Amino acid sequence: MAQLQDQVTMAPATAVAEREDAPQKSFIDAIHDTLADEMRADDRIVLLGEDVGRRGGVFRVTAGLLDEFGPERVIDTPLAESCIIGSAIGMALNGLRPIAEIQFLDFIHSAMDQIMSEAAKIRYRSNNDFACPLVIRVPFGGGVHGALYHSQSIEAMFVHTPGLRVLAPAFPADAAGLLRAAIRGDDPVLFLEHKKMYRAIKGPVPTGDFEAPIGKARVVQEGTDVTIIAYGMMVHEALKAVSVVAEETGVSVELIDLRSLKPLDEDCLVQSAKKTGKVLVVTEANEACSVASEVAATVGEEAFAYLDAPVMRLAAPDVPAMPFSPPLEHAFLVDAEKIGAALRRLISY
Amino acid sequence: MTTEVTNAPDKAVQGAFNPQSTAVSDQLPGHYPPPSATFEATTISAQVAPSSTGDAGLPPETLIDMYRHLALARALDERMWQLNRSGTAAFIVSGQGHEGAQVGAGFALERGIDFLLPYYRDLALSLVFGLSATDVMMAALARAPDPTSGGRQMPAHYGSARLNIITSSSPVATQIPHAVGIAYAARMRKTGAVAIACFGEGGSSKGDFHESCNFAAIHKLPVIFFCENNNYAISVPVEEQVSIEHVADRAAAYGFPGVVVDGTDVLAVYQVIKDAAERARKGEGPTLVEAKVYRFQPHTSDDDDRTYRDPDEVKAWRARDPLAQFEARLRDLGVLDDEQVARIRSDINREVDHATDAAEQAPYPDSSTFDRHVYADR
Repeated sequence: MAQLQDQVTMAPATAVAEREDAPQKSFIDAIHDTLADEMRADDRIVLLGEDVGRRGGVFRVTAGLLDEFGPERVIDTPLAESCIIGSAIGMALNGLRPIAEIQFLDFIHSAMDQIMSEAAKIRYRSNNDFACPLVIRVPFGGGVHGALYHSQSIEAMFVHTPGLRVLAPAFPADAAGLLRAAIRGDDPVLFLEHKKMYRAIKGPVPTGDFEAPIGKARVVQEGTDVTIIAYGMMVHEALKAVSVVAEETGVSVELIDLRSLKPLDEDCLVQSAKKTGKVLVVTEANEACSVASEVAATVGEEAFAYLDAPVMRLAAPDVPAMPFSPPLEHAFLVDAEKIGAALRRLISY
Repeated sequence: MTTEVTNAPDKAVQGAFNPQSTAVSDQLPGHYPPPSATFEATTISAQVAPSSTGDAGLPPETLIDMYRHLALARALDERMWQLNRSGTAAFIVSGQGHEGAQVGAGFALERGIDFLLPYYRDLALSLVFGLSATDVMMAALARAPDPTSGGRQMPAHYGSARLNIITSSSPVATQIPHAVGIAYAARMRKTGAVAIACFGEGGSSKGDFHESCNFAAIHKLPVIFFCENNNYAISVPVEEQVSIEHVADRAAAYGFPGVVVDGTDVLAVYQVIKDAAERARKGEGPTLVEAKVYRFQPHTSDDDDRTYRDPDEVKAWRARDPLAQFEARLRDLGVLDDEQVARIRSDINREVDHATDAAEQAPYPDSSTFDRHVYADR
């Protein structure tokens, strides 16, 4: 495993090789710098959330922004998630471009009414009379000893909600490009930041004003024999698994990073499935009705005749949430080893 | 107990404030006061607004305009019941009994500048903010020209970007934090606007109400929380909704004024909301206004209020009908006479007839449009 661990930081650099001369940034710096750049360019942007000001966020994503932009634009809110999102919606309805932070995805449940019934439906229910340009940034995912309430991956609930866009970049360049696109868009976006990647993942980030396309997957690595589809930290775990299994079996693996969970880049997924005939979909969320389920169904419907094996899902077990103690956390969490094992099963099908 | 807290960290005692620093974060409050064991008691009670007298300083033409809006809201509401009972309108929500409070509140605000965040009983307020009888009927009959939602929402979900009436939904109290955010943006953009968020006493039980009061108070935002307490959340009486005498008593706990006002007294509500708006515009923060009203009709056209309240109670409240009271007041003031009342009523009937005809003749939305406007580009 030690050999695999080293490749965590190596992998993204090769993945965005076309930009390898760009400056290297950590995932967290890519997000921080994009927030700062956009706030400098557009004084309608306000940040609000718990601890985003003085503390600069519990993960330090917004560090220094209070000092640069002042307390009117960087708001330390009371601990009231529904009001964070609800008041951000009001700001969006009155000419601002709010970026709300929910401290952990595990804490978002009390804001669901505001996200699913309000933000997501404002344009539709008003027949396009109102828009809700709102970005909700949220750390998600496990593997950091966060236990049941600092590890959740409940993104599927939002993917199930028309009117929202859901983004989960895996590389610093995509974090910057997609966040910029989200901020500049006119619709509500849930922007998911895998907390384990904040400092563990580094990669080249182009300088200047660039956006990444919402709704487009990234082919991290091209291959011909089997496709892995993942997002967030699972992309990096998959990269580790692929390097081992490919060397061991000689199989050519295509790895796709969804980046955008809603909308899904169905064309990219289906084309890859048609090419390789075998598809493994990986998520660290619970399996039932997950993003992996949606991808599997899409591939099954659109590429059935090309498949050489049933589409395989690898996801968290049907257990309420991630336990704390290391052996329990390890047992729950999808990692490179489990992906490798699933990949071998699929290859030998 | 508190005297034991002497080993608090130095930073807490001295405070984070550092006069040498130019960093914004160091200029903000963020330090504990020195430990103390003395606390002062606070008084938790709302003010009770006096009944109105005379014309509240309003010119006759304004008083007549108020009366006209009140009577129009009532007439539209009654027509929608008829349309529902005759099978033309699938579903309606009634605001009868609330109109006096709503007209008083609406006329105290700056239409075109201020923001209305209505709930489903705010027909009269929405009319004051500029919706027309025809707009309302288009929505009631789910026709394509409905400006509030193009026939997408149930009737009574008012909204219009042009009129600063914010689109509303059905889960109660969700509009209250929107008002707070709108007020925050208004202050930041220096537009001078005030936002008024309307809800019932049932909605005052929701977390969104409490979270919004707290946030608005911290930032002294230009927002008015307007509780139209009609004694019933569908079937549940107010005694089982809140344990206190007045919803407005809540305000003290958040650190801003609460005012109770007779919601059947149009000009009393006008004065209270005018004062609250003035406070808001001066940067003094929010006010919680509770107008005591009564819902004359069932919750909606699908409800039967005979299953949970005594018809005699309804009758007793109808004796305090805000429309009749206001008309009597204006007659006493010599602002209205029989002839004027007859003319206004006849004009309103014509307006409601016209609105009904227009809606009945208007097309439904084209079914092919059902998936439009999910996103900006779709």
